[in-house]
Amino acid sequence: MENQNGPNRRKFHLSAIYAMWAVMTGALSLPAAIYLLAPPKSKKESGWIEAGDISQLKPNVPEEFVFRRNRLDGWKVTSEKTTAWVIRKGASEVVAFTPQCTHLGCAYSYDEKNKEFLCPCHVSTFGLDGKVLTGPAPRALDRYDVKLAGNKLLLGEVRKGDA
Amino acid sequence: MIPRALNWLEERTGFPSAASHFLNEEIPASAGWHQVFGSIALFCFLVQAFTGVLLAMNYAATPGEAYNSVKYIATELTGGRMIRGLHHWGASTMIVVVVFHMIQTFLWGAYKKPREATWIAGVFLLLLTFGYGLTGYLLPWDNRAYWGTVVATQIAASAPFAGPYLTQLLGGEGGIGVVTFARFYAIHVLILPPATMLLIALHVFLVRRHGVSPAPGDETKPKKKFYPQQVFRDTVAIFIAFVILFTLAVAVRVPLERLADPTDTSYIPRPDWYFLFLFQMLKFFQGPLEIVGSVVLPGLAVFGLMLVPFIDRGAMKRVRQRTLALGVVALAALGWTGLTVAAIRSTPPTPIIDVTEMTGPESWQMLSPDELAGVGHYRKEACASCHVGDKKLGPELSTVQKRSKEWLIEHFKNPNVMRPGTIMPPIHLTTAQMSSRAAFLLKLNPDNAKAMEAAPQATVEGAMIYQANNCGVCHQVNGVGMKTGPSLNGVAQRRTREWLEEHFVNPQKVSPGTTMPAYKFSSRDMDRILTYLLSIP
Repeated sequence: MENQNGPNRRKFHLSAIYAMWAVMTGALSLPAAIYLLAPPKSKKESGWIEAGDISQLKPNVPEEFVFRRNRLDGWKVTSEKTTAWVIRKGASEVVAFTPQCTHLGCAYSYDEKNKEFLCPCHVSTFGLDGKVLTGPAPRALDRYDVKLAGNKLLLGEVRKGDA
Repeated sequence: MIPRALNWLEERTGFPSAASHFLNEEIPASAGWHQVFGSIALFCFLVQAFTGVLLAMNYAATPGEAYNSVKYIATELTGGRMIRGLHHWGASTMIVVVVFHMIQTFLWGAYKKPREATWIAGVFLLLLTFGYGLTGYLLPWDNRAYWGTVVATQIAASAPFAGPYLTQLLGGEGGIGVVTFARFYAIHVLILPPATMLLIALHVFLVRRHGVSPAPGDETKPKKKFYPQQVFRDTVAIFIAFVILFTLAVAVRVPLERLADPTDTSYIPRPDWYFLFLFQMLKFFQGPLEIVGSVVLPGLAVFGLMLVPFIDRGAMKRVRQRTLALGVVALAALGWTGLTVAAIRSTPPTPIIDVTEMTGPESWQMLSPDELAGVGHYRKEACASCHVGDKKLGPELSTVQKRSKEWLIEHFKNPNVMRPGTIMPPIHLTTAQMSSRAAFLLKLNPDNAKAMEAAPQATVEGAMIYQANNCGVCHQVNGVGMKTGPSLNGVAQRRTREWLEEHFVNPQKVSPGTTMPAYKFSSRDMDRILTYLLSIP
């Protein structure tokens, strides 16, 4: 009978079983991994967003700009409120920082007395140039690309701050 | 290393010896290739569970969102089409396999004493499998899903006594909407899977308790072991089923039709192929007899299946001697095939619209109506004759963003005031047209200049008509405009060209009670505006 058919046949059965299951596991898990890990195909909106008017800005005094932008979130475009800390450096030079601390993403605020940005979570502080002064923050504040159209401030992509 | 780890595991859990006990089950000498279907069915269930969980990771279970998220899975995610294909075709494969499993058991008479309970658990598993098909059909929320489910819930509603309660339970009172959707989703992912797992556990437990059904003559032969030979057969069978499923998922695209539209009277609903025979049977029972086809006969069929082991209680016979069983199967197969073929032949062929085949929006499709109309004014005024090309007379426009809109408009009106000495002629347009042209110029940058040129002229003219008629006062496109009327994004997936045209001519007729005024466009303008509307992503 079949089960008396020597070790060779048994060996063949075993390797065939392992091989087929390996192929099927691979054929299922590979697409699954790609599906979960690969970013969506649509490229991100790289347009410039109007954030506000800079004509009232005093030099070297940060101001929080609040504006709306559309964000592609999976299958939805959501319009969300966003902020930026904007500092006027000169007649045509403006810097805009993203509103999150580079440590763990808390919202920081401007400490007028010490002329620095202060994150309430773990007391990271940043200078007006965005550089880390104290605390656990690993890198300087992230900035938006900026562009001026007259007095209008246009914000573009976010650049990571220097470590 | 491995033996030590196994030893450790054995002492703590006993799993290795349990697995070995499971694999070394004794099976009758006659066991062979005909008994592989149960294993394939189990494998199919696991594939469905796996791909189902993956789909749920990118799925929003409310009507409109469901559609968008399925579209997102199919078009935006790498491998998304594959996973959806596996789940879709996996459902069909599972039905086929489960039915084959049942036919095999039936032909061999494997349900006989003491295996009646195993058979009945199997009948319930078959019903659960159909339950997945029924509830899962609605979840993409396209026209096919919507209309197929309308028919299914109407059938449930016609059931004697239970009808109204079933309708209430399925949330179908007053039509299919969010409640029905939530119920179907909950049944599909929260009720059916645990129920299936419990029943599979019971089913397998009973198979093990009574052993694999022997054939006459087995009692005199020595028993075999399940492992490795029968496991090898099961694996080969599973592998073949998997290759078929995988090929279907890769090669046959699963369409996603237009968004479910309860007002679409032209849509011909049809169920998935495995329910077509029921669908067809309904045509033979009309008027008061309808419940015979929709409820009574299917109910009797299920009841009859349950009773099979109690009707056929004779001693085990070889398959070839079971002529009656063979006859029943042949008759059922013939009936099923006949009904299915008749159903396919009697449904008029309709083109299947697949929105996943449509490509993603081009850059120009993302422009606001104002900006796109600006492209039109730009072309009409032949701006390119000075501002584009090698011998440029005017400055490069794609860097114009440093100007403000107001500056540009002033510049169009009085070029010499804004830039003394310029050769740019003043442009005579209305302020709105100026403003839209300025809006377009501000959007222009070196990266997208080419893409803007790709905007088809008919579409651009449509946008100009849109702008000239102030459609934006009520409608929104790409986030620009008011929201008094519906947003026009995705209107191509909701409406046909004919519908839209009719809607312009006679809004009250197509959507009674609307505040939309009628528009009498020339046929050329009508064509342009429709082309534009249907191009909005």
